[in-house]
Amino acid sequence: MAKPFDRRSFMRLSAASLGAGALLRFMPFGSTANGMTLGNLLGSRNGEAPGPFSIVQLSDTHVGFQGPPDPLGTKAFERAVDAVNALNPQPDLILFTGDLTHDSEDPAEHAKRFAAFKAISGRLRVKKQMHVPGEHDAALDGGTLFREHFGETHYSFDHRGVHFVALDNVSAGKPIVGAEQIAWLKKDLARFPKTAPIVVFTHRPLFDLKPEWEWFTSDGDEVMNVLAPYDAVTVLYGHIHRLNHSTIGKSQHYAARSLIFAFPEPPAASTAEKKPLPFDKTQPFRNLGIREITGNSTRHTLSVNDVELTSRELSGTEGVQQILKTGDFL
Amino acid sequence: MNRFNKSLIPSLLTLLLAAASVVAQPETPARVIEISAKKFEFTPNVVTLKKDEPVTIHFTSTDRAHGLLVKEFKIDLDADVGKPADVTVTPHEAGSFAAICDHYCGSGHGNMKMTFVVE
Ligand SMILES: [Cu+2]
Repeated sequence: MAKPFDRRSFMRLSAASLGAGALLRFMPFGSTANGMTLGNLLGSRNGEAPGPFSIVQLSDTHVGFQGPPDPLGTKAFERAVDAVNALNPQPDLILFTGDLTHDSEDPAEHAKRFAAFKAISGRLRVKKQMHVPGEHDAALDGGTLFREHFGETHYSFDHRGVHFVALDNVSAGKPIVGAEQIAWLKKDLARFPKTAPIVVFTHRPLFDLKPEWEWFTSDGDEVMNVLAPYDAVTVLYGHIHRLNHSTIGKSQHYAARSLIFAFPEPPAASTAEKKPLPFDKTQPFRNLGIREITGNSTRHTLSVNDVELTSRELSGTEGVQQILKTGDFL
Repeated sequence: MNRFNKSLIPSLLTLLLAAASVVAQPETPARVIEISAKKFEFTPNVVTLKKDEPVTIHFTSTDRAHGLLVKEFKIDLDADVGKPADVTVTPHEAGSFAAICDHYCGSGHGNMKMTFVVE
């Protein structure tokens, strides 16, 4: 660690196992170790200064969804809220990467689902919560309901020396970011040095992961071209309801587990059917989970830790058995 | 077609002759394939294409906006009621390829798809 950092490989994967958490190295805002210590001292609470932080990503809660792959409805989401509330210290902020709600053709019913989402997310002790829409939130009405509840569908902010960018690749109805938003992104990033750590959060993958399952963004290449000059780009997304880690150029892309039901590993055949993994009542929260991202600018690291909700330290088997016994999920 | 109609040949024969004349011409316009979309299906559901033969896809919708996406052939169309869309493509690879609706259209959207078979 005493060795000077190679700025070109400013954020690189040093431990790639997703289950164990991937460790990424970064150096915020090209400062020296002394500068960062000063930053830590000065910016202990304002969120702007480089320093240690932890954030949580929750994805695809699909509030309002009812169906066989998840007869538990919002139970996993509620369990995740309890798990996050138990973290000590608490994370600085929560990122929700889309499909907060499950859509309804009836706008009044969909509005109720937004309210139900907020009732549950409102129980989080962390009040700084950032959202991007998924297609189930915003594709039928172009994002109207989402905006009413959460504001703009794309925006950016700085936290602890990391620049966060929220991108909307759903509300046009198609898997697309669009020229206007890409122009905005270019402008937004222009003030940053190439070494600035950037976290992009969005719903769909920004690359062709499985286009036949709509796991792609049609102009994702253009977005990645805008991000390409930056050495330390991490993209956090949801949509695919399973873990995935991919490297595109210098950027790292992480899909999060959902909090409703999981999709399987996609088979190679283009025509393979996309259907959720069946519900397993002996392990009701299997393949569902939360993600914690921790950064430490003194140690120049950013690590992504994915934890399944079935994991003992998070939920405890007793709680699960309790839910099974009450049978209120059937 | 008009010249055949005027000569009062039975319609089946008309079609055969028309088809024959199309095959005989060396520089024919691409074959047109009509695909119609509604929630949550495509009609027809399977379309067979010939490898290296250009085809024009004429895509229509009868209820709302839908997409037709086949990444492999660069088909990426959007149609709405009264707003059809066309593209001419030439598949160069044999096999079965999934086409999906990539314009979100409601609860059954995730399973709205069809198959292109290239022989
Ligand atoms: Cu559709």
